[in-house]
Amino acid sequence: MATVKTHRKAPGLIALFVILAVAPLLAANAFHYDLMIKICLTAIVAVGLNLLVGYAGQVSLGHAAFYAGGAYASALLTQNYEFAPLPAMLTAAVAVGSLAWLVGRPILHLKGHYLSMATLGLGVIAAIVINNEDQITGGPDGLPVAPLSLFGHELSVFGSYEWFGMTITGTQLWYLLAAGALFLAVWLALNLIDSPLGRALRALHGSEIAAQVAGVDTAKYKLRVFVISAVYASVAGSLYAHYSGFITPDIASFGHSIELITIVVLGGMASTYGVILGAAILLLIPQFLTGFQELEMVLFGAILMAVMIFMPRGLVPTIARRFQKEAA
Amino acid sequence: MSALLSVKNLSKEFGGVHAVEDLSFEVEQGRIHSIIGPNGAGKTTLFNLITGLYQPSAGSVHLNGRSLAGHKPHELAPLGMCRTFQNLQICMNMSALENVMLGRHRHLGQGTLASLLKLPALRRGDHACRQQCADLMEFVGCGQYLNHHASAMPYGALKRLEIARALASEPDILLLDEPAAGLNRTETDALRDVIRKIADKGITVVLVEHDMKLVMSVSDQVLVLCYGRQLAEGTPDQIRANPDVIDAYLGSRKPEEEALA
Repeated sequence: MATVKTHRKAPGLIALFVILAVAPLLAANAFHYDLMIKICLTAIVAVGLNLLVGYAGQVSLGHAAFYAGGAYASALLTQNYEFAPLPAMLTAAVAVGSLAWLVGRPILHLKGHYLSMATLGLGVIAAIVINNEDQITGGPDGLPVAPLSLFGHELSVFGSYEWFGMTITGTQLWYLLAAGALFLAVWLALNLIDSPLGRALRALHGSEIAAQVAGVDTAKYKLRVFVISAVYASVAGSLYAHYSGFITPDIASFGHSIELITIVVLGGMASTYGVILGAAILLLIPQFLTGFQELEMVLFGAILMAVMIFMPRGLVPTIARRFQKEAA
Repeated sequence: MSALLSVKNLSKEFGGVHAVEDLSFEVEQGRIHSIIGPNGAGKTTLFNLITGLYQPSAGSVHLNGRSLAGHKPHELAPLGMCRTFQNLQICMNMSALENVMLGRHRHLGQGTLASLLKLPALRRGDHACRQQCADLMEFVGCGQYLNHHASAMPYGALKRLEIARALASEPDILLLDEPAAGLNRTETDALRDVIRKIADKGITVVLVEHDMKLVMSVSDQVLVLCYGRQLAEGTPDQIRANPDVIDAYLGSRKPEEEALA
């Protein structure tokens, strides 16, 4: 009898670890670190969103609302209610998760694209509320956020720290934190995908009828993955708020939601490593295109279109498939 | 012997069309019960009624004495009923083995936190499941596709894979909707052996099938439908000899054949 091949996660995780560890060698200045931190945080949202969109096949067009929800909740809880950053982050995640549950519960009993419509609405409402409730959120002027403190140690971007005899800047330390958070997010996502729950989620995408016959309550599982992906976005949003020290309603905009979906589709649906690459590319391309000034957006759009036309599965799945074909 | 599945006065209307009309029959434990009939006789509609995909216009379906009325499709696996589909329902985004493992869904840990952290209990359960499902693939005769992706498998193997997935849920009763459709003679013969082996395990099989050779050789009991109504019911020999069935379904014999017979 043939032996059962099990899917090994270790090689991928080790590769990710090495890349995250080596990346700082390419960073020449604080600006590079800033970009890398933003890539890591965006990638966390994308990894969570990919669970919903890539694996379970349910589209959310309002994930920026959950990201902003985490960011603003963290900011307000630490500022006005004297929460420590970590409990604030957890409270924010619970609140955002509950919001996703409330929105998703009635919607996910329906078949079809209602979730996209509902999340689109939610995203627009979130942006309006944050812009207009300026007494609470600061409105378009934004909101300052206290720096992160972990176990009594403040972690400020402008600080400088002694670590095992090395001097390390606040930005560098933040990179370690963001990269660590991304690594954790990927590990959790890979575990989930490979579990019975993950199989049920993938079956929602593959054949909803097959899932039902196997005893999967499809509405319940869609709701679960929707909440999980919202919590991913919320935690990344909270981290971003503490990192940047200042948040504006931009992070809740519809454009940001679209950017997140673009990352998932560009990097590769149902490919956890693909969406990390997607996040990196989407944040890096504009940096290379700044020299073209007003043509920047045109070129950016053209590159995205070219990728989608020639690699409709997304970057990583297309490349992986090509390698498999050559090997076969 | 008591009836495992009992259908009483079941009817289903689509607009003015009576797809199934006042149908009653019982399926006994451990038997292979076939349902045959010309195209449009209501066989698949009957399956969809039994498995909760459709709600009946009238009548009832009982499994092990429990009414199945109002049950959603996903609630039937825990009650011990599983089915396959005429048009395949395979998850093409998963491996062959994972498709079968999906069938064991209700036997495995589903906690969100346990799944995210891959807790040892969950991992052990999943590992055991992997082995059981590999054995099931062997059992239905698609063991050679163990490490294949579902999208890389031929049609005939996918049909068996669906049976393996249904068996993975450990059903008391298995409903097979045209399992031989699209299979060649050799594959159909192999399928017959699989169906026999399933029945030998004590699993009741309800079979909807057009392949008469398969039906007549494997069934304990045959129910003939015509225009949504019961035309006849009996053992394969009784059905073969039933003049109504011969007229309506198998075609009338010509007088010269009659003389030779």
